[in-house]
Amino acid sequence: MTTGHVLMGLLAHEDRHGYELKSEHDVRFPGSRPLAFGQVYAALERLSRKGFVDSTEVENVDGPNRTVYSLTAEGRDELLDWLSRTEVPSPFLTNPLAVKTTMALLAADRATATDFMDRQRAAHLQRMRELTKQKLASGASLSDVLAADFALAHLDADVRWLEAALERIVHLEQEVTT
Amino acid sequence: MTHPGIASPEQSRTGSMPRESADPSPSGSTVLSVRSAVYSYGSELALEGANVSLGRGEILAITGPSGSGKSTLMLVAAGVLKPTAGQVTYNDRIISNENERQRSRLRRSDFGILFQFGQLVPELTAVENVALPLLLSGVKRAKARAAATAWLDRFDVADLATSRPPEMSGGQSQRVAAARALVTEPTVLFADEPTGALDTVSGELVMSEIVRVAREAGTSIMLITHSAKVAAYGDREIVVRDGRTTESMIDLEATGTNA
Repeated sequence: MTTGHVLMGLLAHEDRHGYELKSEHDVRFPGSRPLAFGQVYAALERLSRKGFVDSTEVENVDGPNRTVYSLTAEGRDELLDWLSRTEVPSPFLTNPLAVKTTMALLAADRATATDFMDRQRAAHLQRMRELTKQKLASGASLSDVLAADFALAHLDADVRWLEAALERIVHLEQEVTT
Repeated sequence: MTHPGIASPEQSRTGSMPRESADPSPSGSTVLSVRSAVYSYGSELALEGANVSLGRGEILAITGPSGSGKSTLMLVAAGVLKPTAGQVTYNDRIISNENERQRSRLRRSDFGILFQFGQLVPELTAVENVALPLLLSGVKRAKARAAATAWLDRFDVADLATSRPPEMSGGQSQRVAAARALVTEPTVLFADEPTGALDTVSGELVMSEIVRVAREAGTSIMLITHSAKVAAYGDREIVVRDGRTTESMIDLEATGTNA
């Protein structure tokens, strides 16, 4: 995924100028890192060179002229092509949580590892409670709910993995220390 | 957990272990508490000294793997099972000392219980199912039906009033079951995997309705679940492992620090 594809997606229904694209991105993806203006303009510049977007100067009586961007037919093809490609199922094998749990078992003892996992589970639950509250709050938008759902599903997977690890801990311990 | 450590003792951080919850303190006043409860099914020990305090209006999640004793803990707390040892207190009543008749009357007047499969009476309509606990407590028929209809409405299933359980979807019958569990306006709702049989989205809808309705009425909920996603609807969590309870505590200072 590139910033360019995201910007093309945001231009699919409506022409917009750079600032609008940045704000729309930040609203659509709450909780993700806000886009920097530099990133937006650099990506638009690349898209322009590839012929995926067109830009038009629009006169602005209150200040400097604005550049409005629109998606070209080639851009729309590229966007649809990108949307048709599946993402690589990410195994997260380098996830710090997995690494730390294995290291806790390898470098310490079962009590230390169990202690770590118990506290980690509690920290996850705390975050999941916050996300659930956000989701249930009146006035939560579809974007808010989808972002919370995504985070909840992944945190839930972590917790289930931690629980399975706790159940297997005796076997795991034998495996990693022999 | 007395396994000999490979690491040096000062690294084992036993001081920050989640504490065995001798006295977990919920916010606000305590409505129900279980102290050092032991319960065995024949020779099999299901609870080995469980402690739980439920605050007024609190939603407390009880989690743990299958067979950990969490459902037994709920049945002991609800006065369905009498603990082999230990004490269950509801407000100022020591219900673990009371006989089955007294406890059964208390369950009818003050408690609501909701299971994974609603356990509705298949021959009765939705409104008759919901009215049932009121009729059993001696409420007049017309009044019971009116209250039942209002509760069906709160769970958005008033249009199913004359439907029978076999004609309903899983989500619909669980809403009816939730209405039945709350129709007596209990002080405490015991919910054992209330959305366990539902798919993700309808499970969430039912769960958020139960939470909303309970918050409005100030009902406390003891929520038994193996799912972290369901537990996240609660204010607090108690983890049951091998018949023992541990309060899930976050070590805020230790979270997010990098060595």
